[in-house]
Amino acid sequence: MGTFEIDFGNSGSSKIIGIDLGTTNSLVAFMDLTGPRILGDIVQSIVAVTPDGEFITGEAAREVLLKSPERAIYSAKRLMGRGSSDIQEDLKLFPFRIAENSESVLRLEVGEKTLTPPEVGAQVLKALKEQAEGELGEEITQAVITVPAYFNDAQRQATKDAGRIAGLDVLRLVNEPTAAALAYGLDKRNQGIIAVYDFGGGTFDISILKLHDGIFEVLATQGDTHLGGDDIDNLLIRIALEDIASEWGEDISGNQEAVQLLRRSVIKVKETLSFYPAANIDLRIGDKKYQREVSIDLFENLITPIIERTLEPCRACLKDAGVTVDQIDEVVMVGGSTRIPLVRQAVRNLFKAEPHVELNPDEVVALGAAVQAGILSGDVKDTLLLDVTPLSLGIETMGGVVSKLIHRNSTIPASATEQFTTSVDGQRNVLIHVLQGERELVKDCRSLARFELKDLDPVPAGLARIEVKFTIDANGILSVAAKDIRSGKETSVEVKPSYGLTDEQVEAMITESITHAEDDFKARQVREAQVEADSILRSTEKAKSSEAWQELSTEEQSTIEQAILDLKTAYHSNDHHVINANLEKLNQATLKLAENMMNSAVRGALKGTKVE
Amino acid sequence: MEYFEVFGLEPRLSIDLTDLERRFYSRSRELHPDRFVRVSREQQQQALAQSSLLNDAYRALKDPVTRAEYILKHHGVDSKTVPPDLLEEMFELNMAREEGEDVSEQLRKMLTEIDASLPSKFSAWDESQDRKDLEEIRATLNRRRYVENIVHGHV
Repeated sequence: MGTFEIDFGNSGSSKIIGIDLGTTNSLVAFMDLTGPRILGDIVQSIVAVTPDGEFITGEAAREVLLKSPERAIYSAKRLMGRGSSDIQEDLKLFPFRIAENSESVLRLEVGEKTLTPPEVGAQVLKALKEQAEGELGEEITQAVITVPAYFNDAQRQATKDAGRIAGLDVLRLVNEPTAAALAYGLDKRNQGIIAVYDFGGGTFDISILKLHDGIFEVLATQGDTHLGGDDIDNLLIRIALEDIASEWGEDISGNQEAVQLLRRSVIKVKETLSFYPAANIDLRIGDKKYQREVSIDLFENLITPIIERTLEPCRACLKDAGVTVDQIDEVVMVGGSTRIPLVRQAVRNLFKAEPHVELNPDEVVALGAAVQAGILSGDVKDTLLLDVTPLSLGIETMGGVVSKLIHRNSTIPASATEQFTTSVDGQRNVLIHVLQGERELVKDCRSLARFELKDLDPVPAGLARIEVKFTIDANGILSVAAKDIRSGKETSVEVKPSYGLTDEQVEAMITESITHAEDDFKARQVREAQVEADSILRSTEKAKSSEAWQELSTEEQSTIEQAILDLKTAYHSNDHHVINANLEKLNQATLKLAENMMNSAVRGALKGTKVE
Repeated sequence: MEYFEVFGLEPRLSIDLTDLERRFYSRSRELHPDRFVRVSREQQQQALAQSSLLNDAYRALKDPVTRAEYILKHHGVDSKTVPPDLLEEMFELNMAREEGEDVSEQLRKMLTEIDASLPSKFSAWDESQDRKDLEEIRATLNRRRYVENIVHGHV
């Protein structure tokens, strides 16, 4: 790996991990003396709820997904920071079950639980956090998490919320392609222009960066948050479902279990076709069998339109960056979908350069997140990332038109100030509608939030002068501050996010997860006490039919009987203290019995020797 | 003028872009929020304000037109009236367009000419600091904006 200048002398404070929270797979990495390295295994971004109400993730959750799909959820990243009207297309292809009260925040039904996308993400993050803690041997509370470059404010905020719910202080959100450039580019060259083509499971990003002595300056970024390897899978699934409908005379598209099996099969087909000229889609349900050969030619024909959809943003990004194809020095490939030979071919043709594929495309983003974590901790010197905001920020003005304040591809942090006034005498409030997007009309942009300037001094219309400062921080997240120019006083601003959780809701979720953690701990202690009680009750019952029992006095026998009854009563008290106290009582009461049994065992053994 | 101060530069219309970039990178290393992760919330807010000011300033100064607009605004030279001779010119162009002539090449040529005229006008003011020179630049930029709007189909 790269040649970082590292100073571990002053890194006394706690460790910061780097996390790639992916649509399909997630990973955690850490930067140490030898460079960034992956901690533990890939965790599949699948969360399942057991009948006991416990969460499981990764491979175990995949098993649940195959057997009882209604108890598991995958590709939840597609839903991060989105509203119910945004996801109608996704609902056609993914078996998300949306709960009733999903107007401002999506809620998903998983088993008996109702979860928001950040809560689902938090479960994956928790698994990664634990994995990192196991590998590093200490508690981890700080992380850098990557997001698609084209994520909007709400999607970024949702990712940050997921971190908080998982008990992680998210010190920075880094754009995935930029993270990849960090992992890749450092040792490659001191100066130059790099294009990062990031084609993952659910999102596509293209970023163009300028490298200058350790500074990674993003010139432009483009993308599609709804374009990825999943779309290729869905094409193949659709073909298989149509085949099956005509072969079996049966539409199985509503059979979630069957569709999951098909999904697994087509993913294998997709992967196989990177190495072989043909592969088979297989499905077996009971005694019914379906098999279809997919040739590389058919596959490439199918996916050509999808690949073409990635090239359009690439051309636009070059234009935005103000560079020509000839100026691109390196092309870096990120994301599992870049393993497809036709994808590589298309990128090679467009950029007229051989794309870099040396690093595992699944790992490179997490490695880059670890490098950024190293920059934040101060361990990595001389490297600095200057990223941009992917979308323009604007406010609603007269007639539903958007007035742009911060243009896309502006280096972040970025800010803009705007003056507002009142339109009615004595007006106390002003409402500002903030949007993100490139279009001219409000209805074509994405509503971020409504900010209400409150408790203004009552003055005649048009006399108030409120200066509002909009700031996009280094995570790409907006904040707003306002002040009355005439009085110099700060004006209070109330934020009403259009999508996503309010701060209070996130706090409640954090509290809930801590309370649950306590509950879980208590439940485990009770369970452990019960297991011990089972064992002593069983052995005491057994002893009652032995010779040793007969040797006890009636009084001793009744003391034991009473202790057994007491323990059985305590057993269901749900209080491990009570169970343990009665366990101890029975233990004491049976000391003599145990001694007698020992003796008779010895006697028996001696008898045994005599017989011989 | 804040935007120049962040870079330790005197307010000038003509600037060396390579030097500006060098200053931007070196100031970024000092001010970027990455450098202020383990400090109090107030200090982080301060760093955020400083670093966004730096980025806003770089964005404004690296482009000659926005740089000039910044200086003009500071000096209160803000008349947005379109010079009358331009209106006449445009009227003729419009006639030509209505007769089916492709005028886009002509418009692009006008833009290039305007841009090429800027550097000498910039150094004139840098030398003289005379308000008259700023007013001339104002007129040129108004002309530029008008032509650009036509190119982008806004007029």
